[in-house]
Amino acid sequence: MRFAVSLLTILAIASIVGTVLKQNEPYPNYVAQFGQFWFGFFEMLGLYDVYHAAWFIVILTFLILSTSLCIYRNVPGMLREMRSFREHATESSLQHISHNHLYTFSIDHQVLLKRLQVHLTQKKYRFKLHVSENKILLAAKSGSAHRWGYILTHIAIVIICLGGLIDGNIPLKLQQLIGKKIETRGIPQSQVPPESRLAANNVSFRGNVTIPEGSSADVVFLNVGEGYMVQELPFTVTLKKFYIEHYSTGQPKSFASDLIVTDKLSGSATEQTIKVNHPLIYKDVAIYQASFGDGGTLLDLKILDLTNTHKKQPSLQGRIHQTLPVKFDNTDYTLELTDFRPLNVENLTNNPDEKKFRNVGPTFQYKLRNAQGSAKEFNNYMLPLELDGAWYLLSGVRDSPNESFRYLRLPLDEEKTLNGYTMLRRMLFDQRIHPEIIRRFMQNSTKNNKLDETMRTKLAQSAAQILHTFSKGGYDAIADFLRDSVPEEEQEKAAVVYLKLLEVIGLETYQLARQRMNLKPIGSNESAIRFVRDSLNTISDSFLYGSPVYLQLTGFDEVKATGLQLTRSPGKNLVYLGSLLLVLGIFAMFYIHERRLWLLIKPAENKLLLAMSSNRKTLDFEKDFGQKKIAISNLLESKNGIN
Amino acid sequence: MELTEKYNEPAPYIKRLSWFDWIYGLLVLGGVITALKLYGQYMDTYEKGILIFSGCGLVALGWHWKSIRVLTIAFTVISLFSIYLYQGEILNADKNYFLKYLISSQSAIMWMSTLFFMATGGSWLGILIRSDFSARVAQHLTWCAVTAGFTGMMVRWYESYLMGVDVGHIPISNLYEVFILFCIITALLYLYYQTRYATQQIGAFVLPVISAAVGFLLWYTFDRQAHEIQPLIPALQSYWMKIHVPANFIGYGAFSLAAAIAIAYLFSKKGILTSRIPSIEILDDLMYKTIAIGFTFFTIATILGAMWAAEAWGSYWSWDPKETWALIVWLNYAAWLHMRLVKGLRGPILAWWALVGFFVTLFAFLGVNMFLSGLHSYGTL
Repeated sequence: MRFAVSLLTILAIASIVGTVLKQNEPYPNYVAQFGQFWFGFFEMLGLYDVYHAAWFIVILTFLILSTSLCIYRNVPGMLREMRSFREHATESSLQHISHNHLYTFSIDHQVLLKRLQVHLTQKKYRFKLHVSENKILLAAKSGSAHRWGYILTHIAIVIICLGGLIDGNIPLKLQQLIGKKIETRGIPQSQVPPESRLAANNVSFRGNVTIPEGSSADVVFLNVGEGYMVQELPFTVTLKKFYIEHYSTGQPKSFASDLIVTDKLSGSATEQTIKVNHPLIYKDVAIYQASFGDGGTLLDLKILDLTNTHKKQPSLQGRIHQTLPVKFDNTDYTLELTDFRPLNVENLTNNPDEKKFRNVGPTFQYKLRNAQGSAKEFNNYMLPLELDGAWYLLSGVRDSPNESFRYLRLPLDEEKTLNGYTMLRRMLFDQRIHPEIIRRFMQNSTKNNKLDETMRTKLAQSAAQILHTFSKGGYDAIADFLRDSVPEEEQEKAAVVYLKLLEVIGLETYQLARQRMNLKPIGSNESAIRFVRDSLNTISDSFLYGSPVYLQLTGFDEVKATGLQLTRSPGKNLVYLGSLLLVLGIFAMFYIHERRLWLLIKPAENKLLLAMSSNRKTLDFEKDFGQKKIAISNLLESKNGIN
Repeated sequence: MELTEKYNEPAPYIKRLSWFDWIYGLLVLGGVITALKLYGQYMDTYEKGILIFSGCGLVALGWHWKSIRVLTIAFTVISLFSIYLYQGEILNADKNYFLKYLISSQSAIMWMSTLFFMATGGSWLGILIRSDFSARVAQHLTWCAVTAGFTGMMVRWYESYLMGVDVGHIPISNLYEVFILFCIITALLYLYYQTRYATQQIGAFVLPVISAAVGFLLWYTFDRQAHEIQPLIPALQSYWMKIHVPANFIGYGAFSLAAAIAIAYLFSKKGILTSRIPSIEILDDLMYKTIAIGFTFFTIATILGAMWAAEAWGSYWSWDPKETWALIVWLNYAAWLHMRLVKGLRGPILAWWALVGFFVTLFAFLGVNMFLSGLHSYGTL
């Protein structure tokens, strides 16, 4: 008993550890969290998968054995106790029962006996009559089923634990003992060697597989420790189509997969749609909707060169999950297309009290990795977004997955294209055109106010300086320039002037660009100024963008994938049976009250001794005894309905 | 007790029912049939089963505990009136006077909160100045709070359908909603035991627990806007929710009540308020009874949860933090009951243990959502 309690305590503590420490994470995460030394120590203790650690299972097994032993030892006694009426109780032993009462009666004792028997029967007591020379004893009992409560609950616990052990990883552990190995390499499933493959007749398993639309799978992957194993299936699962529905707020409403399950032996095919909460049970394997993802959507990409050369890049096609070698600005990169989302519902107001959900269209994610192996991750919107009254294409960038994306806003011109921005950028970066820009700037800005020659030269020099500096490094470069060349107390004022000048120069540049492209001039109205200001901001930000190109999504052919979980868990029925017994047992234990009653008639003395006992002394029992005393005393009266 | 006292054999159960019992039974039956007629086409077999089963349960409960009849009729009438006022338009919540200030779900829940606070004050006043009147007022206020709470839940259920036919669901799907459920159920359990055992002073100990829950609810509403009705994520779209969650909260409520009784017990043992609260024997017995009923429902809820998990997540037991903590709670109370029933343990130690058990339960209910992550992440703070 003590042993069992200490084991139970250890299990409880281990379980708590398991809830605090995230289980079954990839091992590098743990190394990062604890450092190499503690990682090794915790791994030795099996803390990354507490509930399947060998010691956990051993303790559980001990608990089952100890509970079984307890049942084995106590049940026969309990059954005997339940059957017995204790009709051999002596008068003195009855007097020793704390709840007893002695009556004197004046009616015929045979009549009394009859009345008592009728009363007991009415009250659902079962009784046995024991007659000795001068005494008649009625030994009665009710609620004996109470004892079944103990038996059932304990048997239930053993059954539930057994079922759990079968469905746990014991079968897997046993197979590892006879030579199965964990695979840790990321290789195609078909190349996984036989010692890491489990046969289709494996007793129990729980594995996952991702299937793109139109594809099939006949294996699932089991997560084991730092690697995985391949579980063969007795059938092939084909995904016809995956559906995802959304609420108007953008939250997912339902995930569903149209599956075809083809039996490998008989070749018969079963078609069914599965959903969350609606799995498909095929033979003894259950197929659940677990997750979803992209199954290799084909993307059409337009490439916008962001380097000073502004080279025209050919457009590109690629599938999600593909890795493409690319060359930008004479440097080799790999482009990893990681994810595509056809739908993004976002709250587009800054007002926290108001919610305005709108689908802003598809996005895709990719990583651009340089030859040294470091990568930046990008998240680009396909469709323009209206923000504060103007239209932009958004591209998010981050250095690592735990950061959030910082967005570059690419402003769109009045035709809703990137051409305006590109033209402006190209001109600002082209040193050869700078003199022409400055000339036009001087011409327009001195048209109305007369300046002397020195002022003119000074202004032209400043303008050229600003233009040159900006084209080399954006606002940061201008700030650096100001810090180096202007006295500290005048920097702020100078900055305002410089920014204003830059804006005017920018507008001039944009006009020039439009003129060269034979587009109609746009004047210097509010929206033109806004466009130029936005463009300048974006050009400045693009120095921090960290990519030589911007990828614009121009078209896609979506292929979705479903994430299925497949399990074979023969222990489930055992667990359910155990659960049923547990509930029955608990009800029997709490809500069936065991009562024993002895009525000893001594005809010679006209005395009746009542004694009552229960295995549990509660207030209810006291109340019952009180009622029973009165009820019996009623039966002793001469005028009584029962004869 | 005098032996000459007459003990009359009670009449058979069915004959003891009054005309009000029969009318109540017919009303509930009518309600169930109407619901089936109107909405049966949108329900699956299980949901119909649950509806019929809860109808029968409600009748049985009302026959067994007569006050439930009045409560049921009261909140049904108010909820129907509220629904009538809505006229199928969610915006009426702010336009109609009655809805805005009394019986839109949010207003009703605010009334429930206020009434619980008032009841708490009343029950303490009752104990401190030994005023039976005050204690009785507190008890009636608790009944009103429960009525308001049920009205709030019913109307919220209706409102969720006004937000969108696909959004509609029973309001027990997130932390905000189950907190209301918790308040109602704990209060009902307290009311039940206080009628059975004439122990209304227990209210002074359990109502502060409910008030604390209400305090959390208010913070959650005003600071986190948690009262907004959210659509159900796919994993929660199942009839299992309708039975798993309430069963669980009867468990949580009963354990909380047991802890409140344990405090009263410990107070009494220490000589604080001893003469003003029920006797140690009654408290001890009540503590056992509440833990027993809590344990029964908690066991059923955990089993139902396992069966649901098998359907939704593909595994009846995933060692998810919530599951693991449910197991720890279960083991704790199993040990409590085992020590009491089998080993015959008695005395203050059980009261202390019941109190510790409450904190373990609290962690399983709230702490897991706050500090741990897992599959049960519907109510993050």
